[in-house]
Parts: sequence; C-alpha cells; structure tokens
Amino acid sequence: MRDQKIAYVDLSTGEVRKELIPEKIRKMYLGGRGIDMYLLYNHIPPGIDPLGPENVLAVSAGLIGGTLAPSSGRCHVGGKSPLTDLIGSSNMGGFFAPELRFAGFDHLVVKGKGERPVYLWIHDGEIEIRDAAHLWGKDTAETPAIIKRDHQDEDIKVMCIGVAGENLVRFANVLTGLKNAAGRTGMGCVMGSKNLKAIAVRGTQGLPISYPAEALGDLERLTGLIRDNMVFQVLSKLGTPMFHGDSNQLGRLRNRNLQRNQVPGGESLYADQLEKFSIGMAACFGCPVHCRHRYVVPEGPDQGSYAEGPEWSTLAGIATELDIGRMEAVLVGNQLVNKYGMDSLEFGSMVSWAIELYEKGIIDDKVTGGLKLEWGNEQVMYEMMHQIAKREGLGDILAEGPLRAIDKLGEESRYYNVHVKGMSWLHTDERPSPAMALGVATSTRGADHLRSRPGLDANLPPPETRNKLFGFAVPPDFNSYEGSGKLIWWHELMYTISDALGVCKFQALFLSPSTVSYDDYCKLTGYITGLEISASEMMEAGERIYTLERMFNNREGAERKDDFPPERYFVEPTPLGIPSFKGKTIDREKYEQQLDEYYEAHGWDNNGVPTPETLERLGLDKEPSHII
Amino acid sequence: MNKMLIVDHSKCTGCRLCEIVCSVKKNAASNPARARITVIKWEPICVETPMLCQQCESAPCMAVCPVGALARDEELARVAINYDLCIGCKFCVAACPFGAMGIDTVARQVIKCDLCDGDPTCVKFCETKALQYVDATTVNTVKMREAAEKLSELLKKTVARPSVS
Repeated sequence: MRDQKIAYVDLSTGEVRKELIPEKIRKMYLGGRGIDMYLLYNHIPPGIDPLGPENVLAVSAGLIGGTLAPSSGRCHVGGKSPLTDLIGSSNMGGFFAPELRFAGFDHLVVKGKGERPVYLWIHDGEIEIRDAAHLWGKDTAETPAIIKRDHQDEDIKVMCIGVAGENLVRFANVLTGLKNAAGRTGMGCVMGSKNLKAIAVRGTQGLPISYPAEALGDLERLTGLIRDNMVFQVLSKLGTPMFHGDSNQLGRLRNRNLQRNQVPGGESLYADQLEKFSIGMAACFGCPVHCRHRYVVPEGPDQGSYAEGPEWSTLAGIATELDIGRMEAVLVGNQLVNKYGMDSLEFGSMVSWAIELYEKGIIDDKVTGGLKLEWGNEQVMYEMMHQIAKREGLGDILAEGPLRAIDKLGEESRYYNVHVKGMSWLHTDERPSPAMALGVATSTRGADHLRSRPGLDANLPPPETRNKLFGFAVPPDFNSYEGSGKLIWWHELMYTISDALGVCKFQALFLSPSTVSYDDYCKLTGYITGLEISASEMMEAGERIYTLERMFNNREGAERKDDFPPERYFVEPTPLGIPSFKGKTIDREKYEQQLDEYYEAHGWDNNGVPTPETLERLGLDKEPSHII
Repeated sequence: MNKMLIVDHSKCTGCRLCEIVCSVKKNAASNPARARITVIKWEPICVETPMLCQQCESAPCMAVCPVGALARDEELARVAINYDLCIGCKFCVAACPFGAMGIDTVARQVIKCDLCDGDPTCVKFCETKALQYVDATTVNTVKMREAAEKLSELLKKTVARPSVS
C-alpha cells in the first residue's frame, strides 16, 4: 500500500507524472473521496469554466479499496461540476477501482484537453494516451468491448462516456460495466470536454495486507453480520427497487414533478414485478450483497441484449416521475439511458419539469418542436432520451440542467424546477421528513440523499439503541425537526468515510443499525493497511473532508441561501399518503432553526462558512497547501 | 477423507471475493494475479464462472512432470506440488486443460489450488455457495434430488395417483 501512486496526466501536453502519496495526506484524508477532495481543492483554480481545460477530473480508489474489505470496489470521480459550478463528486461500484489499484495507482488527476479524442491505457505502472477516434460516437456498451478486443484482453476494466458525454450534456455520467455509474454532477460531461472517451486499466500488482490472518478472521465476522441482516437478505433478492412499494404506500414518492406524492395503481412497478424479467443477481467487487438485477431487454431496438439494473432511482426517475407504469418500458429506458451515458435521475427530473411546464402552458409546441409532452407516454420518455443525448430540439435546452434551462425557458418556469444548487432532487418527496429534506438540501454536491441519508431515522430502532449508537439524542420521530441538524452531520461524516475508504455505504449504516460501524472500519483498516486509526480520528477525517468540500463551494460563491429545498416544499402541502405523510410542508422557521443546528454541529458560522477555529482544529487553515 | 470442491456456475455473482481471500491467505496480499482461483467473465452477456484445479484422477500435469514433483495426495483427494522436487519448468502449466496451473511471478513458481489443506478459504467466503466443499460420495445426490423434485411436481400434476387406504 505504501507504493501506491497518484498520476497526473495533462492531455494538452501529453505529460504524465507519478508521485507517491505522502503519509501525512493519507492520515488526514485517507483516500478515495478524501484525497480526491484535497486534489480538487488544490488543483482547480477558483472561478474556472468547468468545461475548460483548467478543470480537473480526479479518479480515486479508496484506502482499503480492492482488498478483502466487504464491497471495496467503489470508485470516486470528481471535478468542478458543469451542472452546479460547485463541487462535482460521484461514486460508482463495479471493478474499475480495484483494477486501478492493482495497476499501481490510487488516484488519477487529469488536466488539459486532448487535441482529438483520446483514451488512457493504464497497465502495471504505465500510462499511455491513446487515440480514440474509433471509439467516438460509440455507446457505453460498445466502447469497452472495442477496447478489450483491441488489446485482446477480456479482463481490462473500462470507465467511459457515451454519446451524452461527447455532446456535453451537463448531466452526462461515467459508466463502468453494464450499468455501474458515477451518475451525478456531470462528470461524463467533464470527460467529454477533455476529449477523453475512456480510461482502460489492467493490473497484476498486489496490495500487501499487513495482518492477513486477522483480516480474514475479521472478514468472517463482518460477512456474518451482513449475511444475517434482514435488510440485506431482501436487498440481495430484490435490489434497490425494494424501496419502491413502501415509499408509494406511505406517500413519499415524487410523481408528476412533485404534484403528487403517491401513484395510484403504482403496484405495477413494485419490486416483485421485476422477478419475471430478472435472470439473476450480480455483485460488485468483493460484495456479499449482490443487489444488481440482470435481465434481457424485453422489447424495442435492443431486444434480446443483456442489461443490468434498474436501480430504484432510475425506476422512479424515468418511470414513476413521468407516470409511466409498465415494467417493460422501465427496462428498455434503463438500458437506453445507460448506453447514452447520462444521469437517469437528472433526466427524469428535467423531463417531468418540462411536462409540467407544457401542461401549465408555460412552454408550447414551438418549444417542444410539436412533441406533445404528456404524462404516462413512453414515447415521450424515449424521444427525450434521444433528444437530450444528441442535443436536439427541446433536448438541447434540457441537457443544460436546471440553472441554465431555467434561464432559457423563462422566469415563470423557475418555481417548478425541483432542484438545489442546480442539481435536481431525487424522486422521493421529503416534505413529510424534515431531517431528510435538510440533508438533501445541504449536500455539498446539490440535491442529494447519498451524502447524508439518515437511514436509521426511517427505520426507527428503539430510542436506547439510537442514542447509544449516535452518542446524542436524535429526533424522536420521522416528522420532527429537533435534533435533525446533528443527525445529518453524523451521517455526512459516516458516508464520507465510506467513500474515502472505498467501500459501499449500503453496509455503513445506510440501511440498518446492526451492520458495519466506525469501530469495525478502524479495525479492518488497521489489519489491511497497518494504519492505526481510532474511531474518533476517523470521524474527524470525515469532518475534515466534508468541510473541505464546503470550502470549495464557498470559494465558488455558495452560501446559506443555497442550502434550502425548492420553494414548493414550503408552500405546497403533500396531497396524498398515510396521515403522517399527507398535508405536509416544510415549515420555514423551523427549517432555519435546523439549518442553524446543522451549521453549529459542523462548526460553521450562520452563513455556512467554517469558522477560523474549525479550520484550525481540522488542520485546514493552510489550504490550499499544495503538498500533492 | 473423500471431499471435493465443486462449482455451481449458475450461483456465481461474479464478485471475485474468492480470488481475493485466496491471495490474502496464500500471499498476504490482495492480488487476483496470484490467486489459485479465477472468475472468468463475459461481462456483456452476464456470464461468469470460477475456474480452478479440478484435482484430476489422471492428471495431465502429473503425467508431464519430468521430476515427479506432482502427485496424488489421496488423503485430501488432491494433486499436490512438492516444491522440493519442482524445477520450475512449467510443463504442467502448458499441459493443464483448464488453465488451472498458474505461475506466481513474484514467488517465481507454479501454483495451483491445494484445497487449503482441507479447509478451502474461498468456500468459506462464497456467499451464494457457488463454491462448496462436499463429500464426493454424495456430491451428485443433491442435483439428483433437485431434478427429481421437478419431475415429481410434474408427476403430481399429470398422473392420476392411486389412492392408498
């Protein structure tokens, strides 16, 4: 592990430089999203155009990635986001990051812009910039297949962009495998702007394990913990669509662009309906949970080809949100959106916004090019996928993402767009759950639940279990505001650590209290790397990383006003659902209070800027320090 | 002992944990390139299958070994390498029809599955039980029963059953 390197690649000059990772940086930022963040803060000058050559694409493997740590295949991709003009940060599963480590690298820092389309070929310590003319225009399934054929090696791992990334769709993503996506914040758009079609990697070098017998013993214990957990048992069979039924029954789904929070007759998309299409479950690197469905595309132009997914976010984004209720359409759409390489969640949100604008007469046939934007129309979904990916017609406007599309479609359209900081809200309705709303709205990368989802808040274990786990009093129920600031803070640190270690956050208390905790990760990290780190030090590293993300955003001009849910959350009550979910809005005054509480937990002032004391305590007062 | 390591390809999720725990156990390193088991994958068509030494009764590797370094170990029902005799000629690597005889380029020696001396690490961590270490005498009866079950369902539906009084 001591020999793992960072590689700096300048696509403008062709220069490649390799450096060891200093021990000090390791201890402070661990790896993955942590060192990624340090690199972005230090290498991206403030105020640059995210699509310009000055932007940096950072690709990172976690500190214990590619080892026997459960599910240690996560890969972090970062840069300045073309969607939000703030921190861009996205995480994917699969097998890419472990292979990157086996090739000797933990982090890639890609700068500049290729004169023509290129891809990086990384193999056992070597990095080559190769011509990608023959890959340009290919989708995310064809691209890796061609690279593997060119190199005559089926075991090469590829991360690539599709046509959406080439065409600079601001929410284009990066994919590895059939469907693992670093989906959010438009990192595929950044790759496209650099003329970087793909990164291919193959490695045969190993990662030394400091205490192998102890590590294997510990793994046995942790897999037992995971295997016996009820949530994982269900997730292993149904995948993330398992959340769909509950969410709909309660009334916490976003439907018709937040006009409804429940879909009458939504049962047609419940997880059990996937069963007849699923041909088995697939796992990411070293993961005992295997939460990914595999299926054969049942109809349409891709009929008969193999695909994976859909994740719940995709199912809700491309179907529930648009009022589409046929599983076959979800499976076709899931494959199409992945092949184009764009964020299915952002896609669903932008299109449902457009349909609502059309319904309300804010945009007309002139803007849509004659396309009748209506709910429940599968052809509208497919057509908008084509248009956005190819930047044609209305798609060219929606491809710009919330902020720029609002500017183009007029002031009247602003109120209806459900976004925070320029990134669309996920396809759940959090008006009944103030803690979730706070977490999504304060997330450093724009509206997002994966930064802080208080899973335990929803699962409601007994108070004594909760208070013991967190070490402080958490909100008494789902609807309460009090205590939510600190709850969000705690989860932010936990998930930051998962991303820095390079493990899946599904196992880090995301879904259940009785799974892998800080203490477990400290022990495991010690056995694997020899690095001695206590739970409180690890938590502090999480705080440091998260605060540095905040500093990146502050430097770009973000402040308190950017930490609020959309206006609709405060004025339109939820129309449907069970009593604790129906008739709910977010109370503005109480929201301000929980935001204060959240800032206080972080040691940030009331404008959301870290105080000098906090910076000093976390060792951030000299940033950017340019050590790497 | 008469046990064998059997692979049920249909249960493999492709996670490759078997490769990792194998290399950690054998080499104190996470390194698929040095593992004695490899999950071969065809990503675009969702197919994968773990490949490892089949512990052949009449093993080609044994037959071609010029120094008798490979031999049946009947106690564990395996083909074992005697590294004291092995000269590293790699004939066995060429002869194995499964590609199960590999080369550890760090240790500069040929490697194969040794069933972890009767307690295979990969089996211990295989979540879906695609890898199992079972009694060879009854290895087929599980499948036999599964097949028979299907048949019995069919029989129940289609054949009028005589009543027993």
